[in-house]
Amino acid sequence: MKYLDEYRDHRIARVLAAEIAQSTTRPWVLMEICGGQTHTIMRYGIDEMLPRGIELVHGPGCPVCVTPLETVDKAIALALRPEVILVSYGDMLRVPGSRSDLFRAKAQGADVRIAYSPIEAVKIAGSNPDRKVVFLAIGFETTAPANAMAAWQARYHGLTNFSMLVSHVLVPPAIRALMVSQTNRVQGFIAPGHVCTVMGCKEYEDLVRDFRVPIVVGGFEPVDILEAVLMLIRQLEARQIGAGEARLENQYVRSVSRQGNVPAQELIAEVFEIADQKWRGIGSIPRSGLRLREEYAAFDANRIFDLGEITVDEPAECISAQVLQGLKKPPDCPAFGLSCTPENPLGAPMVSTEGACAAYYHYRRHSVAS
Amino acid sequence: MCLAIPGKILDIQESGQLRVGRVQFGGIVRQVSLDFVPEAGLGDYVMVHVGFAISRVDAFEAERTYKLLEEMGALEAELPAEQ
Repeated sequence: MKYLDEYRDHRIARVLAAEIAQSTTRPWVLMEICGGQTHTIMRYGIDEMLPRGIELVHGPGCPVCVTPLETVDKAIALALRPEVILVSYGDMLRVPGSRSDLFRAKAQGADVRIAYSPIEAVKIAGSNPDRKVVFLAIGFETTAPANAMAAWQARYHGLTNFSMLVSHVLVPPAIRALMVSQTNRVQGFIAPGHVCTVMGCKEYEDLVRDFRVPIVVGGFEPVDILEAVLMLIRQLEARQIGAGEARLENQYVRSVSRQGNVPAQELIAEVFEIADQKWRGIGSIPRSGLRLREEYAAFDANRIFDLGEITVDEPAECISAQVLQGLKKPPDCPAFGLSCTPENPLGAPMVSTEGACAAYYHYRRHSVAS
Repeated sequence: MCLAIPGKILDIQESGQLRVGRVQFGGIVRQVSLDFVPEAGLGDYVMVHVGFAISRVDAFEAERTYKLLEEMGALEAELPAEQ
């Protein structure tokens, strides 16, 4: 496939790995933010191609993983109401709530449907005027334009039976929170290429300026990740000898521009506003999420449904909080691969296609020492 | 979830406010919203996420970078090993 296969070329990958090895004179800790990037790294063994001194730490860029437990419980509660059709991205179905998950609710008779695109949820509402359709609208900035469009279309068509349970998270505040944390070891970031495709690079330039940390916007194929690592290493090594300041670089030039996608940004701003947001496993980060604006209150499931008090309870064994912040790796978890597997997950990172635990489970299980 | 894949625009239909296209990904063709890429036209490649095109692939940049990377690969093959 064009613009995909070329970036999986193993000859180019090997050359980049060799170049990285040549350029590295001391240990470095780098973080890739996005779960999609984590999966590529695990799947193609990119971490194993790098010199021993370079450590890749996995960031919290898995929207399914960081959706608050309360939101999952609310979605399940809504799905169990007979008048509700709960529509969700497929990934969310097996994410454990406090006591159940959407898949189990579906098995119990709840009308839970998977959508590839949020517009399908709007169409379901149009076709089922006697039912209340609730769309579980999660994601990072990459998905915000599509989710915004769903709300916008529902309002445009005057739908009265469509609402969204929104859990949107923003990347830059999370990086900020990581950088000011006492336990941070990250010296350079690979920024998420599709988030930046939508939002542009400006917020990351601000992070570079504020924290003097190199950031390279990276794509998702093996060649992209390796090239981004090389660009970070070159910056870090140059700074070591006083030959340069930290800067924002763009590796993913085929999709990312400095200003990003302006029509998408405009629609996001029209439908959503920034709000404080709880990240599952991490806690509340100020102004790190999106919620529907007042004009869209009629489409906000949080406002139109009385969901009562939800008490939340994470299984004690799950260390996803530490995994999401890059403090521990999945194999460090005593439950990994034993009581916690994709079929029977204790936490979200084992379920999601972008979760770090799932990545290790699928690509690394056999090499994990017991 | 944040994965977007590149596809080629085969045709475009405008209906009122909305702009939709049939986009080809390898052997599969899907309907994709082109609302966020007004600059994209027939034959262009776009990055698609949850049924929406979020960018037009910059073919020029992609060519340029890829050629650079390819040259690196070819060069390494020609040079004798350093050590």
